[in-house]
Amino acid sequence: MEDYDVIIIGGGVVGAAIAHKLAEYELNVVLLEKESDLASGTSKANSGIFHAPYNVNPETLKGKLHLRAMEIGPKLMNNLHVPFKQIGALVVAYSSTEVAKLENLYVQIQKLNLPAISWLNQEQVMDLEPEINNKACAALWAKQAGIISPYEFTFALGENAILNGVRIYLDSEVIGLREQESRMEVLTTERIFQGKVVVNAAGLHSDKVGTLVGDYEFTITPRRGEYYLFDRNCGNIINHILFSVPTEVSKGILVTPTVDGNLLVGPNAEEITSREDRQTTRKGLEEVMLGGERIISNLQKGEVINLFAGLRSVIKETEDFFIRTSANCKRLIHVAGIQSPGLTAAPAIGEYVVQLIGEMDGIILRPKKSFGYYRKPVIRFSDLSREEQARLIDQDARYGQIICRCEQVTEAEVVDALTRPLPARTLGGIKRRVRAGMGRCQGGFCGSKIMDLIAKYSNLSKLEITKEGGNSYILSGVTKGQ
Amino acid sequence: MQKRKVDLVVIGGGPAGLAAALAADEEKVQNIVLIERDIELGGILHQCIHNGFGLHYFGEELTGPEYAQRFIDWVAETKIEIKTNTMVLEIAAKGQEKWVYAVNRTDGMVIYQTKAVVLAMGCRERTREAIRIPGSRPAGIFTAGTVQRYINIEGYLPGKKVLILGSGDIGLIMARRMTLEGSQVLGVLEIMPYSNGLTRNIVQCLEDYQIPLLLSHTVVQIHGFERIEGVTIARVDANLVPIPGTERYQAVDTLLLSVGLIPENELTRMAEIGLDKVTGGALVNQNRETSIPGIFACGNVLQVHDLVDYVTEEANLAGRAAARYIDSQRVQGEQIEISPGNNVRYVIPQKIQEPITDPIDFYFRVTEPMSVGEIQFWVGKEEIYRTKKKFLKPAEMIRITVSFTNWEKMIQVGKLSVVIKEVS
Ligand SMILES: Cc1cc2nc3c(=O)[nH]c(=O)nc-3n(C[C@H](O)[C@H](O)[C@H](O)COP(=O)(O)OP(=O)(O)OC[C@H]3O[C@@H](n4cnc5c(N)ncnc54)[C@H](O)[C@@H]3O)c2cc1C
Ligand SMILES: Cc1cc2nc3c(=O)[nH]c(=O)nc-3n(C[C@H](O)[C@H](O)[C@H](O)COP(=O)(O)OP(=O)(O)OC[C@H]3O[C@@H](n4cnc5c(N)ncnc54)[C@H](O)[C@@H]3O)c2cc1C
Repeated sequence: MEDYDVIIIGGGVVGAAIAHKLAEYELNVVLLEKESDLASGTSKANSGIFHAPYNVNPETLKGKLHLRAMEIGPKLMNNLHVPFKQIGALVVAYSSTEVAKLENLYVQIQKLNLPAISWLNQEQVMDLEPEINNKACAALWAKQAGIISPYEFTFALGENAILNGVRIYLDSEVIGLREQESRMEVLTTERIFQGKVVVNAAGLHSDKVGTLVGDYEFTITPRRGEYYLFDRNCGNIINHILFSVPTEVSKGILVTPTVDGNLLVGPNAEEITSREDRQTTRKGLEEVMLGGERIISNLQKGEVINLFAGLRSVIKETEDFFIRTSANCKRLIHVAGIQSPGLTAAPAIGEYVVQLIGEMDGIILRPKKSFGYYRKPVIRFSDLSREEQARLIDQDARYGQIICRCEQVTEAEVVDALTRPLPARTLGGIKRRVRAGMGRCQGGFCGSKIMDLIAKYSNLSKLEITKEGGNSYILSGVTKGQ
Repeated sequence: MQKRKVDLVVIGGGPAGLAAALAADEEKVQNIVLIERDIELGGILHQCIHNGFGLHYFGEELTGPEYAQRFIDWVAETKIEIKTNTMVLEIAAKGQEKWVYAVNRTDGMVIYQTKAVVLAMGCRERTREAIRIPGSRPAGIFTAGTVQRYINIEGYLPGKKVLILGSGDIGLIMARRMTLEGSQVLGVLEIMPYSNGLTRNIVQCLEDYQIPLLLSHTVVQIHGFERIEGVTIARVDANLVPIPGTERYQAVDTLLLSVGLIPENELTRMAEIGLDKVTGGALVNQNRETSIPGIFACGNVLQVHDLVDYVTEEANLAGRAAARYIDSQRVQGEQIEISPGNNVRYVIPQKIQEPITDPIDFYFRVTEPMSVGEIQFWVGKEEIYRTKKKFLKPAEMIRITVSFTNWEKMIQVGKLSVVIKEVS
């Protein structure tokens, strides 16, 4: 039986951030993820915003960790070579009622003495965002806000954790948990692990993991948000993240450029019952388009290249993060209810959880001398100048072979994604690492070539390759002539 | 980085690029480079192993690969330089100067400084995302052309229980092809009240195999989280909105989309060439010359063609015009704009420009089907040309050649309108 100091359940951004923080210490750590890749849950389908704390409540744990993340997040992303563009956000009011709400918000913000948030009048808004709906009357400008790729951030945390000794098991769903004297036993679909501490970072399923030790302290309600993604040629119609005025439950629909240069519109907020139901709906998408058009009146519907939905994991009673030791099991720490801004707060959550772990029986936090930021940056051919591209091809001919035509991704980049410390094994994994298949043809042209490369590097037949693991096969068989 | 000076760069080695390069070569253009990103020439024709190509151009029925091979063989006999497995990343133009940036694994990055360019990049297929079908995002949803390649070129079958959305030609052809491969094709859904495919394909690919075609129907939701498990289909009203109460569930393991083709104009856009919102291709004059003198466009990158024969014809025109341009570096003169009127979706060319060549070929499509229509050309209040055509369908491109006598008047008015009137 494999024996660890800490076992983390769940490989979203939160589990990965905890693993990465633990990697700084002399501890034996393993992370177990039920899907075939990290960032397969909520961490792959969200707005990708590094939120500025314009509606923060510092009394809550969520607020505290958000504020802490503002201090440590940008540096961490920089160390991990995760692209982060601090483009700033405008929270825009479109009616006099909204202006009144915004004024209230501004008064509260000033009391908190938050940096880098200022008031803009109509003219100033139009100046910064000429394409904005001309009903815009005022805005708050939060300069610290930025955009990141949520999955690249998660992969980067995971990769650097691996490079510092953490083990990651994929396709490993935790189905049993029990306390055995001074140890926890963790049963997955594949094998049994033993550890001193277990961290429950299972996102939408965190309450289910709690029930494995008879703990019914909290329940998760999934709250769905749907999105439209527009072609790259729309990404530059705006310069900032454009928020609506927040409501009680949500920051409302936003329009933002993504780090990759697309335009993202969404999310709405709808409570649902199933934790798997990441479907878009006609009604939800209509709501999103209307919300988007309130912000930018001439959204080019013909330029939509993707639709998706993500599920927030919410503890409704508190609307707060729930991070503490289980009442039923002193070796189990819940990290639950991580709704927005969980992506932003993840580094601070990691730090906080590691502090809790440090207080536990049998754990000593001794800094590891060899810890470092070893993750190599991802080279993006299409972002480079023609001279730099030419030089790369001279060094490695595979940069001269374009695989994905829409996003101009080269063979060298795909091979890199297949041979990194945390390699991609599915079409979805490749897409989220190097963007191949993420453009306007959505993989119609390059899917087959990428499958050939996956097959080659993971010793699979083309028929075994999937979109996202499990039963998501692409090809069902061979033709009669074969 | 290599720099090379040439006379003509043709981008795309499908039927359009092949014919354009050949036409320019015939007109004695010296240094022609034909660039294709695939490993071989021929474009989309390679995967079209059915016959039905070449009836107009060669007067005989060929398969796609046979049609392409004739041109590939002809090109091989010329001194046209062929670069396959090479992708053009960018076109830049400044004054008379033009540069084409291309990469491959052996030459690296090459900048071609060229006198003229022919755009022949073809088109891509519209996706599930582009038509915004809600639901989950499982595996098993393909565009018809992608499946055509898996089956005809690679020998793989994508699934066994198939529904096809959209009655475009590729979808119809794949309905038959998958049936022959032993898959169960449950039917073809079309949101419009009429089919978008050629009549001969409806007969030969659906009716002959008893595959139902459901008009005014669409997919409103996709189900299944790993592999697609089913779809909800519904009837739509006259505004193409699903009618509540008509929804029904259909179990499938594969959904094929044949919902339209989009000209591949990313390079065109980068060069800031004017585009037509309706065709998705460049705005061109009668020589298929774009808004940048010396840059020409033909084939599916200009407008989605249903017959390859017309692609070849259009490419001949563009190739010859490129040769004339290289010879004289002529600039574009006065122009007559052509405006599509009643029941005309678009007209190619969108303008006629001096110096005028005569006669002129017009390609256009109707917006709605018409059993008999009279096509009329108007200059101001004067009707200058008319002709009758039967069985007009949006899916079938109309091509007519017109000789004009009163250029002076047309240039004065500056505008030519094309309308189609129903004849009972
Ligand atoms: C619509 C939407 C928009 C958002 N926008 C933003 C934003 O702009 N900025 C921001 O800061 N935050 C945002 N958030 C919040 C942020 O996305 C989440 O807080 C964050 O991704 C949560 O990460 P996680 O690791 O807790 O959850 P997940 O990413 O869901 O990770 C949990 C993982 O646990 C795995 N798992 C579950 N059960 C088991 C088991 N039994 N065994 C093994 N593994 C298991 C799952 O497969 C999953 O991979 C948004 C959220 C949503 C839904
Ligand atoms: C599935 C299908 C079935 C058809 N069936 C019939 C039929 O039965 N009868 C008939 O007459 N017609 C048919 N057609 C129509 C006809 O085949 C097409 O209209 C014709 O092939 C279009 O030719 P093209 O050269 O414009 O485009 P394509 O054949 O698509 O060629 C374009 C080429 O440009 C290359 N290219 C694009 N961008 C770049 C770049 N940046 N750098 C380098 N190279 C690039 C592409 O790789 C491609 O090879 C069919 C078409 C399809 C798609």
